[in-house]
Amino acid sequence: MRALVLAVLIVLFTSFSAVADPGPVTITIKDHAFVPAEVKIPAGAKVELTIRNEQAVPAEFESASLHREKVVSPGSAISVYVGPLQRGRYEFFDDFHPATRGVVVVE
Amino acid sequence: MLATAIIVFREVLEAALIVGIVMAATQGVSNRSLWVGGGIGGGALGAVVVAGFAETLAAAMAGIGQEVFNAAILFAAVAMLGWHNVWMRRHASELAGAANRLGAAVRAGTQPLWALGFAVGLAVLREGSEVVLFLYGIAAAGQDGAAAMALGGALGLVAGVAAGAAIYFGLVHIPMRHLFSVTGWLILLLAAGMASQGAAFLLQADLLPPLGQSLWDTSFLLSEQSLTGRVLHTLIGYTAQPAGIQLVFYLGTLLVIGGLMRLVGTPARAPRPNDAAAARRTQLQPGE
Repeated sequence: MRALVLAVLIVLFTSFSAVADPGPVTITIKDHAFVPAEVKIPAGAKVELTIRNEQAVPAEFESASLHREKVVSPGSAISVYVGPLQRGRYEFFDDFHPATRGVVVVE
Repeated sequence: MLATAIIVFREVLEAALIVGIVMAATQGVSNRSLWVGGGIGGGALGAVVVAGFAETLAAAMAGIGQEVFNAAILFAAVAMLGWHNVWMRRHASELAGAANRLGAAVRAGTQPLWALGFAVGLAVLREGSEVVLFLYGIAAAGQDGAAAMALGGALGLVAGVAAGAAIYFGLVHIPMRHLFSVTGWLILLLAAGMASQGAAFLLQADLLPPLGQSLWDTSFLLSEQSLTGRVLHTLIGYTAQPAGIQLVFYLGTLLVIGGLMRLVGTPARAPRPNDAAAARRTQLQPGE
């Protein structure tokens, strides 16, 4: 019985979050710019963002609206999951070089 | 150079505010400089080590090493600050029973300082490792002249320390009999803010559910990137767009530490012989 309830819950849970997975998205930081500086992802999906730092200096990928804050060493990459999110614009920036900005557009 | 100074200042600010509050909370404790100084020194050393292993740390635990490490440091600091507050409340009657300023200071002097020393060390470690990474990156890239970088870094450090000193000197103006309850509240809010930050890291690592991506958005009123926003972020855990889980951890920390403080706090205490003696001493010294 308990297993059945658990199975039902799992099915319910996964079906609610089952939005087509757009696959991982890679953003490169180069010459103090995010490339691409605008990333589109579908609403309700959980997306893996890979941030690759191709600079000689470390960067810190940060976003207040996405609640993300992660150091990216020079010449390496990190990944963070974002979402499921509602429609809107979610800005991010490099905390070590705050003029370097980008945005995740959820639509 | 100015950009370097600003970034170093921002990172130093958080640790400096915590040190300032801890120094005020240990006012009158004889060996506090040793513990607080030891915490700063140990934290700075740790910061260099952590910065050196930044890449290894980021790759650890299938890519969530950085998040888990930051959360662990924050929660350890929350525990230390909470323990301090509970200890202070447990001995509050003795502290309040001291009738004069000197008496309060002497009795406060018996408080164990390892918890606050550790809390300072952890704060310096976390913020310091980012400063080291940032400065090392600039030095390695040779973007800025070495002298300009050193000057920028020093300026940022001095400005951050000045902010910590400002909060300390502001706090010690408070009369001794109120000082420890004020620092107690400040430490409680610091701890709650750190718990909320820790929850944000576990959310980022996908180890906790968000329970609401943004409960509200007050960034139009006060941005977290502004100076005031950053100071309030450290002091009371201000977050412009908090996730639900952050609020849960914030309130949970307030409830747990506050509840423990209430639990160990001595309720309405009966007059004891030393209280009467203290009262007599006060009467004898009306000038005090």
